[in-house]
Amino acid sequence: MPSFNFIVTTIIASGVVTFLSRVLPFILLKKFKLSNKVVEFLSFVPIVIMSALWFENLFHQRLGQLPLIDYNNLLATFPTIVSAILTRSLLVVVIVGVISLAIVQIIF
Amino acid sequence: MDDKLDVSSGMRDALPTVFGYIGIGLAFGIVAKAAGLNVLLVALVSIITYAGSAQFILVSMLASGNAMLGIVLAVFLVNSRMILMSMTVAPFLKQESMLKNILVGSLLTDESFALSMSKVNYTNKILNFSWLNTANIVSYCTWVLSSILGALLGGFITNPDKLGLNFALVAMFIGLLYLQMIGDKELPFKLQLIVVLIVLGLVYLGLIFIPSNLLIIAVTIVGCSLGMVIKHAFF
Repeated sequence: MPSFNFIVTTIIASGVVTFLSRVLPFILLKKFKLSNKVVEFLSFVPIVIMSALWFENLFHQRLGQLPLIDYNNLLATFPTIVSAILTRSLLVVVIVGVISLAIVQIIF
Repeated sequence: MDDKLDVSSGMRDALPTVFGYIGIGLAFGIVAKAAGLNVLLVALVSIITYAGSAQFILVSMLASGNAMLGIVLAVFLVNSRMILMSMTVAPFLKQESMLKNILVGSLLTDESFALSMSKVNYTNKILNFSWLNTANIVSYCTWVLSSILGALLGGFITNPDKLGLNFALVAMFIGLLYLQMIGDKELPFKLQLIVVLIVLGLVYLGLIFIPSNLLIIAVTIVGCSLGMVIKHAFF
């Protein structure tokens, strides 16, 4: 591990770039209006990011080769989807998801 | 979830995300401690950088002796999706003061972004500071406390994956995605379903040649563009 000072400086620099990524759009959009094209593009952001964050967890990356399927997460996905459709309650979905993966890991 | 936008509904709406934060936060604390950071440094990463998956990258790059510029660049790239999320949320908070906008922006996460996009489907496209700030602060406190706890427990739990908690966030995204798809009145359900399937294909193909640091932002840009093209061609 590098020195304490190096680590703290890196943490702060990383914090600054993350802060700017999050905050600059808020500052700029308070002053400016987005064009219709950009608004339309952004209307897809929620479903695309959420599904990408989900699907990323169903695979294991092997650069240069086809990804491997994470069967445990894939199996736990199905009861989770069903609970989402049936209950529409995030809390239930999260609990069902965690229990599903725990059961899958016990069985396999 | 309902149409109320006060502090108590902010807390209630953020509750499901807490489980995910606890699971990943504990895991982060354990991993960072094992990589050689002490409890104070673990706490500082979560308090100052506050960046979920990028924190894992930060710690592993520190441990393997990378230059500072490389580490900071990697953190920026992983978090560049925040730019798109902030751009999507910001217009809903235009009526709030600049200071409140900065405060909300500085604590926005994948989860509070996804929650707020779900929320606007119940509130007739309205968001405010008190609701989003409450959800943000609940997330922030849970994340910081659970990563400190993870660092303290470090020596005792060696395999946090066993508890199934790391699926909490995935489950939450599944739930939020479904709520988004049935709640969004602007994009037809069939179009959204097609876009989600395209994203599945993009993630699968992207994993072959895009480093995981860049995958989400690359898939998001391509996925949203394809969504627009399909919307104009067929809907």
